[in-house]
Amino acid sequence: MELANIEKLIEKYDNAETSLKEEQVLKDYFLKSDVPVHLLEYKAYFNYFSESSTERFTKSIPLNSKKTNWKWLSIAASIALLVSVYFINDFGSISDEERLEAEKAYKETQMAFQLISQNLNKGNSVAIAGLQEFNKAQNKVFKTTKK
Amino acid sequence: MKQTDFLNTVLPFKDKVFRLAKRLLVSTDEAEDATQELYLKLWKNKNKLEDYKNIEAFAMTMTKNYCLDQLKAKRSNNLTLVHSNYKDNNISLQREIELKDSVSRVHELIETLPEKQKLIIQLRDVENYEFEEIGKILDLQPTAVRVALSRARKTIREQLIKQHNYGIS
Repeated sequence: MELANIEKLIEKYDNAETSLKEEQVLKDYFLKSDVPVHLLEYKAYFNYFSESSTERFTKSIPLNSKKTNWKWLSIAASIALLVSVYFINDFGSISDEERLEAEKAYKETQMAFQLISQNLNKGNSVAIAGLQEFNKAQNKVFKTTKK
Repeated sequence: MKQTDFLNTVLPFKDKVFRLAKRLLVSTDEAEDATQELYLKLWKNKNKLEDYKNIEAFAMTMTKNYCLDQLKAKRSNNLTLVHSNYKDNNISLQREIELKDSVSRVHELIETLPEKQKLIIQLRDVENYEFEEIGKILDLQPTAVRVALSRARKTIREQLIKQHNYGIS
């Protein structure tokens, strides 16, 4: 683009009468290296705008969703409650079969204990009879030594 | 509006929101915080968003208002350092260094502009909005936008030429 044209555009630009297209022409022109000396300050000016329009926002954008969290929490809590109630009821009730079996086992252990105690008593009486024999013999010995 | 719809309509202009916030708040960290905050606000109001014809313009307006509020809150808490009387008297600098430097100098010059002009320069020269759109975002007449823009551009140009001449002479 001719220099005269650029100068005209610049004048329009300073009066804010240029369209976006014309401003783009100016920006493109001043991005090139060969700019006449008397327009040098415009080079820095337009370069600055081209440069600063490339800046980007790099951080993440947080969108909090607390509402849904609460909903899920309440659902989980109610499920846990239902499950625990179900299990507690289950432990409280014992079926008839189980009770009969338990009684049978109780009787059998009782019989076993009785057997053990009878045999123990037998053993006891034998041992006591032995002791009495021993006492008799002892008495005889002590009588003889006293005399 | 579901999350994917929301992201599809709202994410394309996240960089513009960020750049506008940075233009006003200056620091990158604060601009990032502001952007996140603004998107959270948009997300909370996602059901009302469908009523707006131009969601992008609405978001830019929100950004502008939010940042100006932030600035107001900050200014009431802090003292500001202004160094408008600063002059670079080192005339032995080479021309090339001068030029490289002048890009960042443009940034400084824009910073010294009044907030309205800052906003308009950002929206027009960086984000390439039409005058009508800028008017909608800032709640101004397009002609008022034009006048303020012209004023801002001339101020920057004059300052640049001034500094440029210091460097040469």
